[in-house]
Amino acid sequence: MARIELTGVTKVYPGNVEAIKNLNLSIADGELVVLVGPSGCGKSTLLRMIAGLETITDGTIEIGDTVVNKLEPADRDIAMVFQNYALYPHMSVRGNLEYGLKNRGTPKAEIAERVNEAARILEIEPFLERKPRQLSGGQRQRVAMGRAIVRKPKAFLFDEPLSNLDAKLRSHMRVEIRRLQRTLGTTSVYVTHDQLEAMTLADKLVVMNGGLIEQVGKPLEIYSDPQSLFVAAFMGSPGMNLIEIEQLQALGASLPDMVPANTGTIGIRPEDIVLGDAGPEHISLPGTLDAIELVGSESLVYGRADGLNKELIVRAPGIHLGEPGNRITFSIPKAALHCFDRDTGRKRVATANAA
Amino acid sequence: MQTKRTIFPNKALPYLLLAPQLAITIIFFIWPAGQAVKSSFEREDPFGFRTTFIWFQNYTRLFTDPAYLNSFGRTMIFAVAVTLLSMAIALLLAAAVNRLMRSGKLYTTLLVWPYAVAPVVAGILWWFMFNPSIGIITYVLSQLGVTWNHRVSGLDAMILITIAAAWKQISYNFLFFLAGMQSVPASLNEAAAIDGAGPFKRFWTIVFPLLSPTTFFLLIININYTMFDTFGIVDGTTSGGPAQATNILVYKVYADGFLGLNIGSSAAQSVILMLIVIGLVFVQFRFVERRVQY
Repeated sequence: MARIELTGVTKVYPGNVEAIKNLNLSIADGELVVLVGPSGCGKSTLLRMIAGLETITDGTIEIGDTVVNKLEPADRDIAMVFQNYALYPHMSVRGNLEYGLKNRGTPKAEIAERVNEAARILEIEPFLERKPRQLSGGQRQRVAMGRAIVRKPKAFLFDEPLSNLDAKLRSHMRVEIRRLQRTLGTTSVYVTHDQLEAMTLADKLVVMNGGLIEQVGKPLEIYSDPQSLFVAAFMGSPGMNLIEIEQLQALGASLPDMVPANTGTIGIRPEDIVLGDAGPEHISLPGTLDAIELVGSESLVYGRADGLNKELIVRAPGIHLGEPGNRITFSIPKAALHCFDRDTGRKRVATANAA
Repeated sequence: MQTKRTIFPNKALPYLLLAPQLAITIIFFIWPAGQAVKSSFEREDPFGFRTTFIWFQNYTRLFTDPAYLNSFGRTMIFAVAVTLLSMAIALLLAAAVNRLMRSGKLYTTLLVWPYAVAPVVAGILWWFMFNPSIGIITYVLSQLGVTWNHRVSGLDAMILITIAAAWKQISYNFLFFLAGMQSVPASLNEAAAIDGAGPFKRFWTIVFPLLSPTTFFLLIININYTMFDTFGIVDGTTSGGPAQATNILVYKVYADGFLGLNIGSSAAQSVILMLIVIGLVFVQFRFVERRVQY
C-alpha cells in the first residue's frame, strides 16, 4: 500500500541512447496505472527501473515515502509478474510461492498460511505440488500472480503478463487481474501494448512514445479527447483517421468557421463517420470502397475519398455489404472533429468540439 | 513430428553408403578390441615362442595382485580429484564470465586455450614449474617453508598430475557451464532478485539446480577423461612413480604390456578399462535425460 512518485526520471543507455527523458508521474495509493505505447517507447524500461532491475540515470523514484534509487530490488518491497512468468522450473508451485517468503525469513506457519490463502484466491490449490511445466499457460499465469500476492508487497508491477495467452484466456485473466487488484487494493503498474487491456484495466492510463509521456488520464478521457496526433493514431483499434487540412481545403470542403487557426491535421474516429449523405452538419466526401472486414457486430469499411491520399476507415454498425470499387459517400460530422496543431501536433481546442 | 521418408529401391546402396564408416570402425576399433580380448585369455612365454590359452587366469591374477588394486585405488582418487577440481574452477570462472557483458567474449577465447594443449605438453609444462631443482613454484613454496619433491613424495606426484590434468580440462568444462548458464533465462534471476535472494543464494538455488543436466554430463565426461586421456600427462611427468604412487590404470596397461612385456595381463587390464568406459557411457545415456530435474 503505497503511492509511487517519479520525478525527473531519466534513463540513458551506453552510447547516449536516451530511453526515458525527464519523466514525471505520480501514482496514488491503490491505483492501477497502465503504461501503454508502441514497442521501444520505454514503458518496460520504466517498469524495470521502478523494480530496480535497471539503474536510474537521473531523477528520483519514490515508493511509499522512501527514495528507492539506490535500493536493491529485494529491498523495494515490490512484486513483479513477468511476461514469460519466470517461474522457477525446478520447484513445485508451492516452492515457487514460498521462495520469496523463505528468503525473507518469514516463520514457517505464516508461510503455509499465506501460500494457502493465495492458492485459494487464485484457485490453484490442486496444483500446489506440481512443477510449472505440468501446468497450462493460464495456470502458470495464476502461479506467477500468486508469487506476487503472497508477499503482500507495497506495489505490483506487471510486465505484459497476458501476452503469452490466447485471446479468450487473455480476456478472462484481464477481468481477474482487475478484480484481484481491486480486492487487494495494492498500487499497481501495468505495462502493455494491447490497447484493449490498457482501456479496460486502467484507473489511469499513461500513453508513452519515444521515452516521453504523451498523455495521462482516465482511459475514456484519452480516447475521446486525445491531446496529440500520436495518441489519436495510437489509441483505438483502428486508430483515428487523420487528414491533412490542405487536402480538405483543396476539395473545397466547408471548414473554416470551426477549425482553429494553425491547424495542420484533423482527426475523426472511425465510428463517427457516417456512410451515405447525412445532412449539412457533415462534411461530405465522395469516394470508392476498397475492402470490408466483417467482424459480426460491426463492419470495418476501408475506402478512399476522391482527392485524399490516405485510406479512410469507417466503423459501421451491423453488417455492411458492398463490393470493392463501389461508389460511397463519407459523411464526417463537424462536431466530432479533432484538430491538431500544424507544428507541434498537439491538440487545438476547436470551438465546435467544446461540447 | 512427421519426417519425410525417401525409399530407395536399390538394396545394395545403403550398405555401400555405410561401407566406409563400417570399414573404419571394424579396422580401427572392433578388430583391435577383439585382439585385446583374445590376448587377455592367453599367456605368452618370455621369448614369444608359445602362446597358451588360459581362460580367466589373467583376470583372477589381477584382482589378487596388490599392485593392480593399488593402481585401481590411485585411479579413483585421481579421477575424483581431477573431476572435482576442474569442475569447481570451471564453474567459478563461468559464473564470473557470465556477469560480464562485453569483455566476456575475450575471456572465453583466452580460457579455451589450454584445451588445445596436448596432454604431454601440459604435463611437461607443470612438471617444469614444479621441478624440484629449477621450478618456479617449487622455489616459491620453499620460500614459504614447504618442501616439494614429486620425485620422492607420492603425494606431491599425485598433486602434480592432478593439477596438470585438471588445468587442461577446465576449458572444456568452462565452455559447457557458460553455455548452460547463458540458457538460464535472465528473468528467472530477476524474479529471484525481487524475491529477496542475494547473488550467492540466487546462484545456488536457481542457477545451479538448472545446470544439473550440464553438471551431470560433465561429471561423466570428466571421469572418462581422467581415466583414459591422461596417459600423456603421467608419461611426461612421473612415469607412474614414485613407487607406483601415480601408476593409474591406463598407464599401467602401457607399463605392463610395453615395458614389462606381459601382454596377457596388459590385455586383460585394457579389457577391464573398456568395460568401465562402456559402463560410464551407459550411465550417461540412460540417466542423463532422467536426471533433468525440470
